[in-house]
Amino acid sequence: MSGKKEISRRTFLNYALMGTGGFLAAGMITPMIRFAIDPLLKHSAGGDKVAVGNADEFGPEPKRIDFKVHTKDGWYESETTMAAWVRKTEEGEILALSPVCKHLGCTVDWNTNPDGTKDQYFCPCHLGRYAINGENILGTPPLKPLDEYEVEVKEGKVYLGKVIPNPRQGVAG
Amino acid sequence: MMQKMYDWVDERLNITPMWRDLADHEVPEHVNPAHHFSAFVYCFGGLTFFITVIQILSGMFLSMYYVPDIINAYESVKYLQTEVAFGVIVRGMHHWGASLVIVMMFLHTLRVFFTGAYKKPRELNWVVGMLIFFVMLGLGFTGYLLPWDNTAYFATKVGLQIADTVPWVGPYLKTLLTGGEIVGAQTLTRFFAIHVFFLPGALLGLLGAHFVMIRAQGISGPL
Repeated sequence: MSGKKEISRRTFLNYALMGTGGFLAAGMITPMIRFAIDPLLKHSAGGDKVAVGNADEFGPEPKRIDFKVHTKDGWYESETTMAAWVRKTEEGEILALSPVCKHLGCTVDWNTNPDGTKDQYFCPCHLGRYAINGENILGTPPLKPLDEYEVEVKEGKVYLGKVIPNPRQGVAG
Repeated sequence: MMQKMYDWVDERLNITPMWRDLADHEVPEHVNPAHHFSAFVYCFGGLTFFITVIQILSGMFLSMYYVPDIINAYESVKYLQTEVAFGVIVRGMHHWGASLVIVMMFLHTLRVFFTGAYKKPRELNWVVGMLIFFVMLGLGFTGYLLPWDNTAYFATKVGLQIADTVPWVGPYLKTLLTGGEIVGAQTLTRFFAIHVFFLPGALLGLLGAHFVMIRAQGISGPL
C-alpha cells in the first residue's frame, strides 16, 4: 500500500483509451436508454374522477353502472367504457367494486351462479365467488377481494376515481 | 474477475486468436495522424462507420415509439419528440447523423480517390464502396418519408417523379416504390420496411465485405 507503484506506458494507454472510449459510448447510449425506460419513470396521470349518478340512487343491493373514462395512451386518446358494481354499505358509505375477477381477469356478475348461491358475485370462468363487499369466498379460485374504485361523494353526486385494492379479507362461504 | 471469466472462456473456445486477428494489426506511419497530421484524412472511413453504428442504435430505439401508419406516424413522432424524455436528442441523433454519414462517406470517397487507393488490386473494394454509397442514399430517401409531415410527403413525391424518368422502367419503378397509385398508406409501410429491414440488411453485408477486403489487402501505400 505504501510504495508508489509504477504503471507501464502500455497500461496507461490502455486505461486512457478505455476511459475515452467508454465516455464516448456512454454519451451515445445514455440518452437512448433514458428514452427507452421513460414509461418506467413517467408519473401516472391519476385521472379525473367521473360522476356516475346521485348518491340516493344506490341502496344495499349492488347496482351495475357503466361509465366512460378519458384514456390517454401515448399519442392515442380515447374514451374507455368502465363498469362498477355500486352499493351503499351498512355503514352508509358508497362502495364501488370493479367487476374484474381477481383470479384471471374475467368479468363477474351479481347473483348469476346457477348453483343458486345467494347475494354473491359470481365469475363464470372458474366459478369464483365473492361476498357482497367484494370479499373473496375462501375455497374458490380468487385469492384476493374484488378491487374497488376511489369514491367521492360531493353535493349528493357519486364520483369514481382510479381502481385501488380492496382492504377486506376473504370470508368463508 | 473479468480476467478469470475471460480465461475460462478462452481455455474452452480459444478466442484470443480471433480478436488478435481483428485488432492486432500495424497502423502504417503514413496513415497515422500522430506522425503526419495530414493523415487525419484516413479517419473518414472509420468515422463513417462510427456514425453508422449511431444510426443503427438510435433507429432501434426510435422504433420503440414510431408507428408506420398514415394516421399515427406523425402523432407518434410528435409524441416521442415532445413527451418522451430525451426524445429530441435520440431523434436528433438519427436526423443529423443521417446527413453527417453522407458527408463523412463523401469525404472518405474523396480520400480514396485522390490517394489512388481504388487502383489494382483494390478495384472490387471500390465497387463495394459505391454499392454502400447507393444503399446509404436509399436509406436517406426512405427514412425521409417516415415522419409523414409535409416536407416528407412532398419530398417523396419529387423523388418518385425522379424515379419515373428512368428510361423504359421508370413508370414501373415508380409504381413499385409507391405501392399503388398514390403516395399514401402503402407507400409509408413500404418505405418503412425498406428503411428498417431490407437496406440495413444489405448495408451490413456490404460493410462486412468492405472490411474483410481491406484487412485481406491492407491499406494502400503512401503517395
